[in-house]
Amino acid sequence: MSKNSAIKVENLSKAYQLGQIGTGTISRDLERWYARMRGKEDPFLRIGETNDRSIKGESDVVWSLKDINFEIEQGDAVGIIGRNGAGKSTLLKILSKVTAPTTGRISGKGRIASLLEVGTGFHPELSGRENIFLNGAILGMRKKEIQRKFDEIVDFAGIDRYIDTPVKRYSSGMYVRLAFAVAAHLESEILIVDEVLAVGDAEFQKKCLGKMGEVSKGEGRTVLFVSHNMDAVATLTSKSIYLKNGKLNLYSNTESVIKEYIEADKNEVGVYSKEPKLNIPSFTRIEVLTSEIDGSHMNGKDLVIDLEINMPEVIEGMSLSLQICNPKEQPIIYTYIFDTDTPLLRKTGINKMRCTLSNCKLYADRYYLIAHLAETKGKSKFEEIHRICEFEVVMPNKIIEWGWQKDVCVYTEDFRWEKK
Amino acid sequence: MHNDEHTWTIEAKASLFDLKLNEIWAYRDLLWLLVRRDFVSFYKQTILGPLWFFIQPLFTTIIFTFIFGNLAGISTDGLPKPLFYMAGITAWNYFADCLTKTSTVFKDNANIFGKVYFPRLIMPLSIVVSNLVRFGVQMILFLLMMAYYHFVVGASFNITWAITLFPVIVVLMALLGLGAGMIISAMTTKYRDLAFLVTFGVQLLMYATTVIYPLSTAIEKYPKYAWIVKYNPMTPIIETFRYGFLGEGSFSWGSLGYATGVTVALLIFGIVIFNKVERNFVDTV
Repeated sequence: MSKNSAIKVENLSKAYQLGQIGTGTISRDLERWYARMRGKEDPFLRIGETNDRSIKGESDVVWSLKDINFEIEQGDAVGIIGRNGAGKSTLLKILSKVTAPTTGRISGKGRIASLLEVGTGFHPELSGRENIFLNGAILGMRKKEIQRKFDEIVDFAGIDRYIDTPVKRYSSGMYVRLAFAVAAHLESEILIVDEVLAVGDAEFQKKCLGKMGEVSKGEGRTVLFVSHNMDAVATLTSKSIYLKNGKLNLYSNTESVIKEYIEADKNEVGVYSKEPKLNIPSFTRIEVLTSEIDGSHMNGKDLVIDLEINMPEVIEGMSLSLQICNPKEQPIIYTYIFDTDTPLLRKTGINKMRCTLSNCKLYADRYYLIAHLAETKGKSKFEEIHRICEFEVVMPNKIIEWGWQKDVCVYTEDFRWEKK
Repeated sequence: MHNDEHTWTIEAKASLFDLKLNEIWAYRDLLWLLVRRDFVSFYKQTILGPLWFFIQPLFTTIIFTFIFGNLAGISTDGLPKPLFYMAGITAWNYFADCLTKTSTVFKDNANIFGKVYFPRLIMPLSIVVSNLVRFGVQMILFLLMMAYYHFVVGASFNITWAITLFPVIVVLMALLGLGAGMIISAMTTKYRDLAFLVTFGVQLLMYATTVIYPLSTAIEKYPKYAWIVKYNPMTPIIETFRYGFLGEGSFSWGSLGYATGVTVALLIFGIVIFNKVERNFVDTV
C-alpha cells in the first residue's frame, strides 16, 4: 500500500439477484441460508457470468461488479465513467456503505461524505433551518458542526429570507440549492459525488462545479465523481476509472480514459452480431446508430438501425420487423417491411438493410430491440431475437422547471401551446 | 494525518455481533433530530395536534368500560373500571406502537437508506424515543385520572412500592417492542405479506395480554389455557404496572424476570438479524 493512499479497493465484487427475490422460494432461501451458515458459498451463485445485460444470463444472478482493484491517493480527484449498467452506481453505493459487497474489501483513511442524492431526508413540513440540521445530521455532521457552518450554508444557497418557511413552499430550484449547500459544506477527507448536478439551473450548476473543484484542488480532499458529462469529468478530475460490464477496464489520467471510452463505445453500443445459420435465414448483425458520441440517443434526432441478414437461399415473401421496447418490456415502436410491398432479401448471402426512424422522440429511458425475421406466405418464423442493442435516450439539455422527471411518458410529440 | 493505517474498512462479511455502538454514539445528534422531526411534523399536520395523544386512549377506555366492563361484566379486580382499562391501554399502546412502527422501518425509510449511510439502528431507536414522548403524554392523562378517582370519586386503590419499578417497565416495553419489531422488519424485506400480519397480530396479541382482564380471572376461568396469557412476556409487565400504580395485579419477581429474559433474547436476536439484513436490503427493494 502506498503511503498516501486514501482508498484501497481489493477484489471487490457485487452480485445481484434478478427477478422476484424470495417469493415462492422459501425452501431455496433456507437452502442458501443453511449453506451460508456453514460458511459455504451460495449454491445459487454462478461464478464467471459477467454483467452484460444485453445477453440473458443463464442464472438469475448478475455480477454488477467483478474483481475490481484500485487505489486512490489522497488529494486525487477521480472520475468514474462507463455506460449505464457498467457498475458505477453500485461502486458508489458500496463505497458509501449503503450496500455491502459480495466479496472483497475496501479500506480507507478519513471520513467519507457521499452524495448520491441531494436533499435526502428533507421533510416538506419542516422549515429550511430545521431541514439543514436534519439533512446535515443524516449526512453525518454533528450539531455543533452544522451550527458553525449554518450562515455559510444559507449564504451559499441564497435563501436567507425563506429560512424559516417550510420547504414545501420552496420552488424546486431553491430546494435543490439548499440541499446542495448542506452537502457542499460537509467536512470530510473523501467526497463521493454521483450525478446529482443534473438538477438545478445552469447558473447554480456552475457554482456547484466550482465548489467541488475548490474542494478537490484547494483543500486536498479526495474526490470521486460519477458523471455522464465528459466535460465536467475532464474539468474536475485528473484521473479516471473506466468501468465496463462490471469490470475495471482502464484507470489512468482522465484525458486518455475519456478518449478510450469514446472510442470503445463507438464500436460497442447497441450491436448484435452472430455467425450466420447454415440452413435458415438469420440475422448476422444488427446495430443501432444513435445520435450522440457517447452512444446515447438524443430525443428528437434520427435513429438509424442497420441490419444484416444472411440468406442461405432465396426465399420470396420475407418480412422483417423490429420492436423497440422499454425496460418494462412494453413495446413502444413497431416498424416493419414486407416483401409483398417492397421486394427484399432477394440475394443469397448477406443482405444489408437500413431502417431510419426520423426525429425519433422516445422519452429518456433505456430501450432495446426485438427483431423478427419471418416468411409471410408459409407463416414460418425464422428468428425472433429478444433484448438486443440496448441504448439510452437522453433529453435535450434544456432547462425546464422540474427537470426531466422519470417515467412521465414514453414518447414525446411536437406541441404548441397558445392562448385562446 | 500522518499514519499509514487505514481508518476504516468495508468487508463482504461482517461479524454478527458487531453492533457498532460507538458509531451510534457518534450519530446521537441525528437521533434527537429525527425524534424532533417526528414530533414537529405530527404537530404541524394535524388540527388538534397533541390532543390526539389524549383522544385515542380516552375513547378506547370509554368503549372498553362499556363493552368489557359493563356488558360482558369482566372483573377488574375491584378497581374502578376506567382506571383498570386505562392502565392497560397506556402500557399496551406504547409497546404496540414501538412494535408496529419498528416493523416497517425498512419499508418506510427505503429511500433514505438507499442513498445515505448512517448506523441503521438509529431509525428504530428514534421510533422508540418518539413514542416515548407520546407515552409520556398518555401517562399524564392516566395520572390525572388517578387523581380524579382518588380525590373526587374517592375510589379505593393504593400505590405500592412496585411503582419504583416503573422505569424498568418502560425500558422493558420499549426493548420488547424494538426487538420483536426489528425481527419482523428484517423478515418483511423478503416476505412482504408479513407486514399485513403485524397489525392484525398485534390486535390479537392484546387479547392474549392482561389489558382487558386481570390475570387472576384468566387463571380462574380457563386454568387450561391461562398459560398462553401467563407466558406472554407483556403480561408480567402490565401486571407489574397495575400493581405499582393501582395496588392490584399479580406481581412476582419470577414472572418479571421471565419477561426480562424474553426481552433480552428477542432484542439480541432482533439486532443481529437487523444488522444482517441492513447490509444488503437496498438490493431487494
